[in-house]
Amino acid sequence: MSTTTGKAAESAKVQAGPGTAKSPAAGPKGSRRRRKPSLGMQNMAGWLFSTPFLVLFLVFMAVPIIATLVMSFTDFGLRNVTHPLDANFIGFENYTKLFSDEKFLKSLFNTAYFVVVGVPLTIFLGLAVAVLLNNGIDRARTFFRVGFYAPVVTTIVAVAVVWRFVLDPSDGLVAGLFSEVGLTAPDFLGSETLAMPSMIAMAVWRNVGTVMVLFIAGLQAIPTEVREAARLDGAGVWQEFKGITVPLLRPTMLYATVITTIGYLNVFEEPFVMTQGGPSDSTLTVSLNMYREGFNFFHMGYASAMAYVLFVVIMGITVLQLRLLKDNTK
Amino acid sequence: MSATNAPGAVSTAPSKKPGDAEPTDRIRKPRSLKRIFVYVLLSLGLLIMSAPFLWMALSAFKTTSELTASPPVWIPTEWTLDNFRDLLDRLDLPLYFMNSVIVAVLVTVSNLVFCSMLGYALAKLRFAGRNKIFGLVLGALMVPGNLMLLPLFVLMSKLQLIDSYAGLVLPFAAGAFGVFLMRQFMQSIPDELLEAARMDGAGEWYIFWRIVMPLVKPALATLSIFTFLGSWNNFVWPLIATNDPDKYTLPVALATFATDPNKAGGSNGMLMAGSFLIVLPVLVVFIALQRHFTQGIATAGMK
Repeated sequence: MSTTTGKAAESAKVQAGPGTAKSPAAGPKGSRRRRKPSLGMQNMAGWLFSTPFLVLFLVFMAVPIIATLVMSFTDFGLRNVTHPLDANFIGFENYTKLFSDEKFLKSLFNTAYFVVVGVPLTIFLGLAVAVLLNNGIDRARTFFRVGFYAPVVTTIVAVAVVWRFVLDPSDGLVAGLFSEVGLTAPDFLGSETLAMPSMIAMAVWRNVGTVMVLFIAGLQAIPTEVREAARLDGAGVWQEFKGITVPLLRPTMLYATVITTIGYLNVFEEPFVMTQGGPSDSTLTVSLNMYREGFNFFHMGYASAMAYVLFVVIMGITVLQLRLLKDNTK
Repeated sequence: MSATNAPGAVSTAPSKKPGDAEPTDRIRKPRSLKRIFVYVLLSLGLLIMSAPFLWMALSAFKTTSELTASPPVWIPTEWTLDNFRDLLDRLDLPLYFMNSVIVAVLVTVSNLVFCSMLGYALAKLRFAGRNKIFGLVLGALMVPGNLMLLPLFVLMSKLQLIDSYAGLVLPFAAGAFGVFLMRQFMQSIPDELLEAARMDGAGEWYIFWRIVMPLVKPALATLSIFTFLGSWNNFVWPLIATNDPDKYTLPVALATFATDPNKAGGSNGMLMAGSFLIVLPVLVVFIALQRHFTQGIATAGMK
């Protein structure tokens, strides 16, 4: 790190040659004087500044994305980790197999469940907190904001471990609350019907803060004059909310919905740590399923097909959301 | 700085707001019922938000009998450090801590440098292909990380980088989010300033390093916080890219410990102690720097 800095400072001292925009690797050379910088120079500099990112992007993102697609048409298995080129092309076999694989269909359903229930709850609660914080109170805003945002920044694995304990039917926090009112707590994570809702509760708890911050920023971008004008015209609180706040928050709503949906479609850590996908696969999500097929059983071709199905679903839903929510603005 | 309101925020933690609210204010203007209702509602929400943390923190100091007591005990009667001691006996936490720190620092530094470089090029340099590269960055923002895992693992195996810091760092060495953030901030730097420097014969590298970078320090701070934390909290890739327990990062070590019945043996005390040790530094840093967090999120969200 410091070598780069040193080099830059050094070459800068030497009257900073015109084409000083070299990649960090290149040594300082060429210190001809020139008064006017040419556009060609900027062109070159632009590419040199882009190179490090582009190389990393190419090797660790673009190539793997394409490789996943290629792998999804092969029987890529454990031995291909050392001999990738020996994998056989099997056409769409992985894909056709997927849609008759009950486990996969179940994971697809579970993921959809997670998204369909979790996203609206997260968005609604995030909006509610943001509106209350922005208009309802005049003090301790930072304090509340910090409190609601804190779960977002904490290590998900640790948090999932904590929630596992919070929901523990014998010694957990929730069990304590139940017994306080004379009830026996159900085994949340051990029940096929309750495990997923419990996990959704945790996800909502964890992600409300992100959405809240987005909405607060959106609310603060609404000019106060607009509100005052509405109030002068005799708009009530609810009318103001419906007529002004909601329409003007559309872009924020769109962004918040899209990122929350993408995040939830990828849900992995929660089931991995809290339930391992159980009981009876009731919390097995697509990502967890893919991880297991790929890295526990080394059915990597099959897992790649899963990854691509998930990718296509995510893209499709994102595009759909962008369309639906954008059209409404007009 | 935010440090002024941070300590207050901690000490007043989960207590109710309306009751101990400022009395002088109440005398000046009578608080409406509605406002009190909002405070109660928010306080209740905050209590729910902080309950798992409090439960974790308290449980970490409970004795085994209190951990398994039914009905559960809320506040330990005799505070003990046994859970931490047991955990440290079984889990080499300092090692995992160092692994996490090394990886997070390397990822952060490389992101600061590389994302700023591209951010500068995209914001301030006219060059052929600029728009295409920006499109690429935006596209990269949308691709879910899970899509790359399988070939990345194969690639890293081929490069013999499984169980190495390089293997943990390289895939995250330059993120699209960082480029986007830096570009947004750098666009607000006046072109005249850079033009003047160019007229004086300054090269682009000099301009970038000596003029632009100092001007975007707040953005660099925001990016550092986000990248460091993202790396610190990252789980899936370290899980895949490490087999040797000596190279585990904190979350992987904790998860492995927590999901292996032979290791944790259902000891919630040890798990709470471990969670406490991982979460506490993050929370402290967050509370100290919370302004940068919210600013960063808002910047990314507002486009």
